[in-house]
Amino acid sequence: MLELAVQGVQMFSVLLLAPLLIGFVRKVKARLVRRQGPPVVQPYRDLVRLMRKEVVLADNASWLFRVTPYLIFAATWVAAALVPTFASGLEFSWAADLIAIVALLGSARFFQALAGMDVGTSFGGIGASREVMIASLAEPAMLLIVFSLALVAGATQLSTVAAFMGSPEVGLRVSLGMSLIALVMVAIAENARMPVDNPATHLELTMVHEAMILEYSGRHLAMIELASFIKLLLYMSLIACVFLPWGLANAGAGPQSLAIGAAAYLGKLAVLALLLAVFETAVAKMRVFRVPDFLGAALMLALLGTLLLFVSRSL
Amino acid sequence: MNSTVALLLCGPAALLTTAILGAAAGRHTAATRLVYGAAFVISAAVLAIVAGHLASNPGEAPAIALPLGLPWTGARFRLDSLSAFFLVVVNLGGAVTSLYALGYGRHESAPHRVLPFYPAFLAGMNLVVLADDAFSFLLSWEFMSLASWALVMAHHRDEANRRAGTIYLVMASFGTMALLLAFGLLAGPAGTYAFDAMRAAHPGPLAAGAVLGLMLLGAGSKAGLVPLHAWLPLAHPAAPSHVSALMSGIMTKVAIYGFIRVVFDLLGEPAWWSGIAVLLIGGATAVLGILHALMENDLKRLLAYSTIENIGVIFASLGLALAFKANAMPSAAALALTAALFHVLNHSFFKSLLFFGAGAVLTSTGERDMEKLGGLIHRLPVTSFVFLIGCISISALPPFNGFASEWLVFQAILRSPELPQWGLKVIVPAVGGLLALSAALAAACFVKAFGITFLGRARSAAVERAHEVDRWSLAAMAVLAAFCLLAGILPGLVIDGLSSVTLSLIGDRMPVQVAELWLSIVPIAESRSSYNGLLVFGFIAISASLAAFFIHRFASHALRRGIAWGCGFADAVPAAQYTAVSFAQPIRRVFGSFAFRARETVEMPAPGSLDPARLRVDMHDVAWEIFYQPIAGAIDFATERLNHLQFLTIRRYLTLVFLYLVILLLVLALWP
Repeated sequence: MLELAVQGVQMFSVLLLAPLLIGFVRKVKARLVRRQGPPVVQPYRDLVRLMRKEVVLADNASWLFRVTPYLIFAATWVAAALVPTFASGLEFSWAADLIAIVALLGSARFFQALAGMDVGTSFGGIGASREVMIASLAEPAMLLIVFSLALVAGATQLSTVAAFMGSPEVGLRVSLGMSLIALVMVAIAENARMPVDNPATHLELTMVHEAMILEYSGRHLAMIELASFIKLLLYMSLIACVFLPWGLANAGAGPQSLAIGAAAYLGKLAVLALLLAVFETAVAKMRVFRVPDFLGAALMLALLGTLLLFVSRSL
Repeated sequence: MNSTVALLLCGPAALLTTAILGAAAGRHTAATRLVYGAAFVISAAVLAIVAGHLASNPGEAPAIALPLGLPWTGARFRLDSLSAFFLVVVNLGGAVTSLYALGYGRHESAPHRVLPFYPAFLAGMNLVVLADDAFSFLLSWEFMSLASWALVMAHHRDEANRRAGTIYLVMASFGTMALLLAFGLLAGPAGTYAFDAMRAAHPGPLAAGAVLGLMLLGAGSKAGLVPLHAWLPLAHPAAPSHVSALMSGIMTKVAIYGFIRVVFDLLGEPAWWSGIAVLLIGGATAVLGILHALMENDLKRLLAYSTIENIGVIFASLGLALAFKANAMPSAAALALTAALFHVLNHSFFKSLLFFGAGAVLTSTGERDMEKLGGLIHRLPVTSFVFLIGCISISALPPFNGFASEWLVFQAILRSPELPQWGLKVIVPAVGGLLALSAALAAACFVKAFGITFLGRARSAAVERAHEVDRWSLAAMAVLAAFCLLAGILPGLVIDGLSSVTLSLIGDRMPVQVAELWLSIVPIAESRSSYNGLLVFGFIAISASLAAFFIHRFASHALRRGIAWGCGFADAVPAAQYTAVSFAQPIRRVFGSFAFRARETVEMPAPGSLDPARLRVDMHDVAWEIFYQPIAGAIDFATERLNHLQFLTIRRYLTLVFLYLVILLLVLALWP
């Protein structure tokens, strides 16, 4: 019963926390360049405003274009609800392991790229084609990271991995360090953050994610925006639960450790968001055709991390 | 118990009768309906017999020996669990394809060139799977090849089809030759061609290695392993679309059956390195196949290249099963083999579905070139919906079936640390990376296939006139789409169905899945990994409808149609859309220089000139240039030289015969 409650709380907390996280990142980024910046609750206001606005649909848009926002949102939300945030004892954690969670995000991206091509403008096409190029390198890198984690922890089940990483038998391993770096690089690319993509740009030639959703407006845009907020939260939760598992409440823990877990989770999110904001302020966006080099490095790191595990069990 | 096999053999016999009927009445208008209707009924009947056999006495393997073929062996046929599984694949595909062809076949311009060979092709595939001695196997295999060759040549007035037919015939003969040699080695000096005798005889390590290599050549060339794939993307699309579906979806599976039958069943215990060879070839095939598919603009050729990718995935999984089997890890080997067979079933579903969709596009627009399509989602709503399901399934996205089998493959890969050999330990995760790469590229490829063909705006007038296809075709596609979803959300049922096959080939099976909570699949242990397609599907459906309900309850309902944003240039021409070539350009830049030796050259006009600038892309089929052209050149050279022998006098011929006899006698005399 407690696990069901934890699952429910988790499901709605990711939904509610995601806009706050984005607001926080934006605020920190603004402060770092000495701007006042919008308040941290601005993303909520944006979502509400978008929902109140009318939808302007391109003449040529098909049913797929109108269904896609809900599918993207649903797939991302389900994936995020299965990543342990403050407690690992999730009721439905066995429904999908880490490979399936990654693949769920792949389903969301598949529909997003299709929706980008639906209207038949060059922007949608350019965004979709660049997005699948980035994904074609990020997904194998992510899967190799999953391999190394699974080889260390002996499972792809995220709650088992988190419990193992929290136990003292992990030790300090080079492979895990490589996996962490690779995971951060993949997360940056997957979330369309700097230096792979600029979430704030609307200059046509540099957009990737924004180009795909250029034709969206109103409630449809609100769903897509919310999904991308959730995706950022998902990746941060994933990094937190696998590489910073301290404070994570175990299965069947009492209310006290759940409270500690929640506090620790918020702290981890704040630190990661701060790091993201500092990093994004410090780097410049790279050219689109440098992105394969960036992701190729992530892929090689992940592969090296996996192979190192065989060379020595202690590394 | 021989009655079951005898009953099953009535299927191919009835199909051959239908073929003769088709040949006799090929030009008659009712013949189309008659032949395809009969093929549908016969395939369904065979399916029912197999199902009945599996339900009543699953453990038995009834056999029959007919007094045909080789006098000392006879024609033997047997129905064991492996044959039963592949009979299901062949006849399910055959039945659905015949259903589709009931509608599609009416548009055939030359029915008398298709109708006799279509049932014969089905009969050939059934016989290969049932054969229990080398002679019947090879005869049926060759019959299957020739029938499909005749179907490829159905539209032989097209120059490209003739070339495809020639290359196919050469490659098919080459493959059969390799199989012939493999069976020769298996039969040994005693010449025992019955499969049970081969099973009892264990060839030495050298002979076993040679058999494995020959099977990779023989079955691999039919299945489309790189670099033996060159004929496949030419021949599969050249045939009428329902035949393309059979060739890509089913015939490649019969080739895989041949490989499994010999390597897992007849050959005995494998050597540990045999897994490495199959793994590496499978991984390379998967990546190269899907990269070729991405560069392709012809819808049917794209699908044919994607078949090569899936064959690569299946072979990589089979290689994994071999490696585990050789190291006495039966549970892991059962997992890998189950994954391979599950992918065989899944690929037969979605590849047939996608070829049917391509056929529907072809009938309604007359176009296969994606650059002339676009916007078909408005004209063909049902076809585009089922084609989308096929695209999601083949891209290995949850909750559809392609993901379930690829997930099992990855779970099998994750058991590699238990392998004792260093080579395997390192190669298996690397091949896992290749498979992940091919899965991601497959998603990119099918975004392109669906996006360029069905989305956007119409690129030619043919699309504006397109209409939805007939009900038979739609029914066949809908059935396959339903199978794709069902196998994706209830994978446990399929896995349990495959347990008897792995039990007979490996001696172990995956744990019983049906008993799991909510029908999830748990390959090893729940704490290790589990996946529940039903729940994932349910969760997505619930949260999507929850979001939609919330939005429609609280958010604005206003909706306005307007023109798309074009930077102020209103109403751009459809040609200004992203094309198939431009969509693939980023991936070509990333992988092309390595995989295709792609070069881009920009020709700029002279300053002041108003001529357009041109971008030219040169791509090479590396396998073709490395393997095929030198061999073809060598054969040309040899025939040129040997040509002189045609114009000798009778005295010289007699001298040659005499010299030859002397050499033969010398060899016999000097033989130790």
